[in-house]
Amino acid sequence: MRVTLRNPDREVDLPGGRPIREVLDELGIDGDTVLVIRDGELVTRHDHVGHDDVLEIRPVISGGADEV
Amino acid sequence: MRCKRCRGPAVVEVRRHNAAFCKRCFPEVVTEQVRKAIRRFEMFDRGDRVLVAVSGGKDSLALWDILLDLGYDVTGLYLGLGIGEYSDRSHDIAEAFARARGAELRVVDLAEAYGFDIPTAGRRGSRSTCAVCGLSKRYVFNAAALDGNFDVIATGHNLDDEAATLLGNILRWNTEYIARQTPLLPARDGFVKKVKPLHRLSELETAAYAFLRGIEYVVEECPLVAGNTQLRYKDAMNAIEATSPGTKAQFFLGYLDRGMPLFAQNDDDVVLQPCGSCGHPTTGRFCAFCRARAQILGRRLDGPIPDDDREVVRASSDEVMPAEIYGRTA
Repeated sequence: MRVTLRNPDREVDLPGGRPIREVLDELGIDGDTVLVIRDGELVTRHDHVGHDDVLEIRPVISGGADEV
Repeated sequence: MRCKRCRGPAVVEVRRHNAAFCKRCFPEVVTEQVRKAIRRFEMFDRGDRVLVAVSGGKDSLALWDILLDLGYDVTGLYLGLGIGEYSDRSHDIAEAFARARGAELRVVDLAEAYGFDIPTAGRRGSRSTCAVCGLSKRYVFNAAALDGNFDVIATGHNLDDEAATLLGNILRWNTEYIARQTPLLPARDGFVKKVKPLHRLSELETAAYAFLRGIEYVVEECPLVAGNTQLRYKDAMNAIEATSPGTKAQFFLGYLDRGMPLFAQNDDDVVLQPCGSCGHPTTGRFCAFCRARAQILGRRLDGPIPDDDREVVRASSDEVMPAEIYGRTA
């Protein structure tokens, strides 16, 4: 299973056939800080990923002007 | 997981609501949260002209999309910050969205209009490039809204932004900033009304909305944002949220309900006067934007620096170098 991570952009190969939350745990990623896109469709951490799926893990946290 | 509304296959989980939604229902849920925010704070009416600050990111484009769908009279404003390919791509994306929606996008280029860009501001000794960026955005948006006779400026600040900002202001007990951290800043004396219609929505929700609506947005991070204080506060809030879902909402929305009245200040005591350089309202002799711009461009606010006047420049450095941006001089 190919996993594309963003910011910085990179790709890793990981075993599929398991819940997405396990993939996120293995990568040390908080599921509330990313969109998970499987074969172009949005999925939740409770969904499963297959061995041949293509996963994009897209961060949602953005920096911004320091207004404090 | 099943959609809470229609029991279809869920694609977005909102843990703080202990709920999940399908790709059809979720955009409707998000839109309803925006409608609720607009209604509760009386942000604007159908007849108002709304200027949306557009960066090309997920929040501003999601906001613009929602307001267009709700039938408001809304124009986008993009500010070119001069951050190389990042700004070029952001601009292209904002233009593409406007074309696709048949909406009007106005563009201001910071370097063309004011003689400097954000990378230049960072190189000229600023301790906080992000602070100068924020200052420039607020100044330019207000100026553009006044020039274009807009009734209100809408920004894409979301729940994560507001919770992180509130955390930072409380850690430093910036009580004046805390008092002004509301989803609506009323118009006064040359300041156009400003609103934050996305303040009830997390970044995950706005990102999911943009994705499900097929909105292309800038995913990559601004190259100048590394070490940004705001990001550190967001990381802290997200660490708490991971084990206690709903903390960010309880913190910020709870502040609006119960904390804001405790910090309310009477702005009637604040006397504003026209900036001696640009005429925009300020509490001092010159506004913070003009002072920052003068420091970046190496100019006196009342003209170029004569060779034999360096001592005067040194003595007046506190005047032209805004301490709240660059810190106290030695």
